[in-house]
Amino acid sequence: MLDIGLAHYLTVAAILFTLGIFGVFLNRKNVIIILMSIELMLLAVAINLIAFSAYLQDMVGQIFAMFVLTVAAAEAAIGLAILVVYFRNRGTIAVEDINVMKG
Amino acid sequence: MIVQALTFYLFAGITVAAGVMVVSARNPVHSVLFLILAFLNSAGLFVLMGAEFLAMVLVVVYVGAVAVLFLFVVMMLDINFVELRQGFLQYLPIGGLIGLILLVELVLVIGAWVVAPDAAATIAEPMPAPERMTNTHALGLILYTRYVYLFQIAGLILLVAMVGAIVLTLRGREGVRKQRIAAQVRGRREERVELKKVPTRGGI
Repeated sequence: MLDIGLAHYLTVAAILFTLGIFGVFLNRKNVIIILMSIELMLLAVAINLIAFSAYLQDMVGQIFAMFVLTVAAAEAAIGLAILVVYFRNRGTIAVEDINVMKG
Repeated sequence: MIVQALTFYLFAGITVAAGVMVVSARNPVHSVLFLILAFLNSAGLFVLMGAEFLAMVLVVVYVGAVAVLFLFVVMMLDINFVELRQGFLQYLPIGGLIGLILLVELVLVIGAWVVAPDAAATIAEPMPAPERMTNTHALGLILYTRYVYLFQIAGLILLVAMVGAIVLTLRGREGVRKQRIAAQVRGRREERVELKKVPTRGGI
């Protein structure tokens, strides 16, 4: 219990990832919270990568965690831009109203 | 040992609690602030795992840029957030069920995995000893040599994201006077200057 190993970090990452999924389901109407939940999931992925990098003593895990953070930042910027444009056109951000394409 | 364990439990506990608050807070502004808290504490976890550079990147990029971007958008949009909370309880059972299933599966995976016997042979870039080289130095030595193409592509992705965000949100407003340098340069003398013959003492 006091000896912190790989499994502890993996458990934290698993809980964070589950919280992200849970948040997507829970806040079905609020796109901003959904985007934040996606950020939580990507954070969990980064924790996983770094935990294995520390466990195996391999630097490549940290490199890939950095790329994950890069892509997450780009995704947040684009997602928020789309959100702002959508709000300007429709006056709401409810996900259930996004059905123009009838997908 | 005990200090390390206590620090881990502190950071991990606050991270998870902040994650819970992110998805369940009533006010999205509070959600963003809890997201910042979660990022800061995961940066602490990164430091515990020996990834100091990534921890600082997380603080600078995420807390400093991404979370503040979220905060700006939340405050900029004039939305009735109470309306958006409708159906919160309706989706609670299905969301809880799926989250529980996923968590059980992940815990089963974490509880049952073993390290492959030849895992040590597959290490691509062994981590140098901390006394010999800092984490940032070691990352740079790999990132700018073996992974330089991926590094460039990551920069390209950020560039495309930046251009895309600007193109999406920029809007030309009507009726704003501004300097059009091309039109100025294109103008010819005949269009701009008119010579008048003024008779002496006559005026125009």
